[in-house]
Amino acid sequence: MKYIDSSLVEKRMNKRILKNNLSKILFLLATLFGLVVLVILIMRVLIEGLKWVNFDFLTGKLSTNAEQAGIMGAILGSLWLMLVVIVCTMIIGVGAAIYLELYAKKGKLNSLIQTNIANLAGVPSIVYGILGMTLFVRALDLGNIVLAGGLTLSLLVLPIVIVAAQEALRSVPNSLSEASYGMGATKWQTIKRIILPAALPGILTGAILALSRAIGETAPLVVIGIPALIIPFPGSIFDKFTTLPMQIYYWTLDSSLVAEYANLAAATIIVLLILLFMLNATAIFIRNKYQQRF
Amino acid sequence: MTQTIAKKNESVKHLPRLTTVSNDRLSKQKVVYQVEGFNLWYDETHALKDIELSVYDREITAIIGPSGCGKSTFLKSLNRMVELIPSVKTSGDISYQGNRILDKHFKVEQLRTKVGMVFQKPNPFPKSIYENIAYGPKIHGIKNKKILNQIVERSLRDAYLWDEVKDRLNENAYGLSGGQQQRLCIARALAIEPEVILMDEPTSALDPVSTSKIEELIQELKSKYSIVIVTHNMQQAARISDRTAFFLNGEIIEFDLTESLFSNPSDQRTEDYITGRFG
Ligand SMILES: Nc1ncnc2c1ncn2[C@@H]1O[C@H](COP(=O)(O)OP(=O)(O)O)[C@@H](O)[C@H]1O
Ligand SMILES: [Mg+2]
Repeated sequence: MKYIDSSLVEKRMNKRILKNNLSKILFLLATLFGLVVLVILIMRVLIEGLKWVNFDFLTGKLSTNAEQAGIMGAILGSLWLMLVVIVCTMIIGVGAAIYLELYAKKGKLNSLIQTNIANLAGVPSIVYGILGMTLFVRALDLGNIVLAGGLTLSLLVLPIVIVAAQEALRSVPNSLSEASYGMGATKWQTIKRIILPAALPGILTGAILALSRAIGETAPLVVIGIPALIIPFPGSIFDKFTTLPMQIYYWTLDSSLVAEYANLAAATIIVLLILLFMLNATAIFIRNKYQQRF
Repeated sequence: MTQTIAKKNESVKHLPRLTTVSNDRLSKQKVVYQVEGFNLWYDETHALKDIELSVYDREITAIIGPSGCGKSTFLKSLNRMVELIPSVKTSGDISYQGNRILDKHFKVEQLRTKVGMVFQKPNPFPKSIYENIAYGPKIHGIKNKKILNQIVERSLRDAYLWDEVKDRLNENAYGLSGGQQQRLCIARALAIEPEVILMDEPTSALDPVSTSKIEELIQELKSKYSIVIVTHNMQQAARISDRTAFFLNGEIIEFDLTESLFSNPSDQRTEDYITGRFG
């Protein structure tokens, strides 16, 4: 005797196939939603801003006159900021990751620190702005210069860099450090010559992604107090500065007064997006090209 | 079943290994390692119990036994690599060339430049073939390019790898086959000019051809180095070693000249193991 009635199976068949196709369409729609929003966003920015992106705009000084305004100062400000952030986070972030991953005893204290780092990564950026304001701008009396902004943004992304670097260090197989110890290498020699080089692509990828988060930030810089119109170009990390996202913020804020400011903001968004795209492409390139498969 | 057991025994017995003359020689051999009353715990697990064993100069000492009986743990105790695991505690004595290596003040780095190690799975560094070999000498402060070149060539020659890789020294070691990688790891261990080489199942991840190449190599190396090799392949132990220690549940059941241990085991458990009745 048969347990499965084939005529019943036949009857259910069409419904099953229909459900199958429907579910596929649902998931496709979910994907398309994100894609469509992104396309609308980019279209809008391109329509408003593309005409305004030209040589004079890229190399000119800021100005209240929309026709003459340029964003060289903001580009340089963002680049200086990147320099401070990458140096700080690489030294402090990778240092902390090496300590936590390779030196610290795996006990209660260690897991407490781990949890805190994970929590710090979720703290809203404006809170870091307030910390930077009290610590670097006021207590250290640096004023609102590149260094103060860079240190503030470094605090913001440090947890991300530490976690990424720890993961990269952890992914280096034990067998490699064992081989090194087995030949009489000290711990520091093993870290410097074997573990760090093997983890470097992963560390760099994490650092660059953190960097691209940092240079897109506005809130902490608003708290630090970047003025709306900084005309001279910053020439060192001790100069006053503005950044691309700050400029987008101010122009958008005032676009009700001067209509063309909306176009300037859109044009600046295009420049910022290109910068971010290049950073992310670099990270992907490093990951694909240098990441070891052990 | 009984047939295969008989066969195993036969192949073991017919090995023309040690004559009485060499027996005589062996008894006068210099001791390299002297292990006395050595115990080791992983937290509460008592992994090695009252180990007594001597490793003799220019001999191959094989360590056999079923998996989990403490072979690797013992081998890693000889160069104190077990200490990389934080939960490890030890008691008793291990002397290397008369120095008590478990003393707090003993420098492990010093010990490990005299005692090289080859691991179960080939573990070359993700560097070029050349840099893999030059790594050891470099960490010990050798910077002269000419000397490094000579060390690299000699080590690769001694590991019978030179002819296969001499034209691709700057290529990544990960491009080599498994057997070549393992010989590279042996060459890398030779480059620090050790006196002893510890090997933890060096052929268990390899095909039969690579295995026999490495066995030949090990026998060549015997003229210059003392070798301690862990294997759970009894035929391998019988083929290449001078002395064999049989481990079971963290204890040494029997330690003897390989020929006596395999042809005339004094403990019933040894006999059961080598005749394939368990493990
Ligand atoms: N890192 C470790 N932590 C805790 N126990 C371990 C560790 N390594 C090995 N052991 C235990 O010690 C015993 C011996 O292991 P091992 O020396 O690896 O055996 P073998 O090499 O003979 O297979 C086993 O019971 C194993 O579970
Ligand atoms: Mg083992």
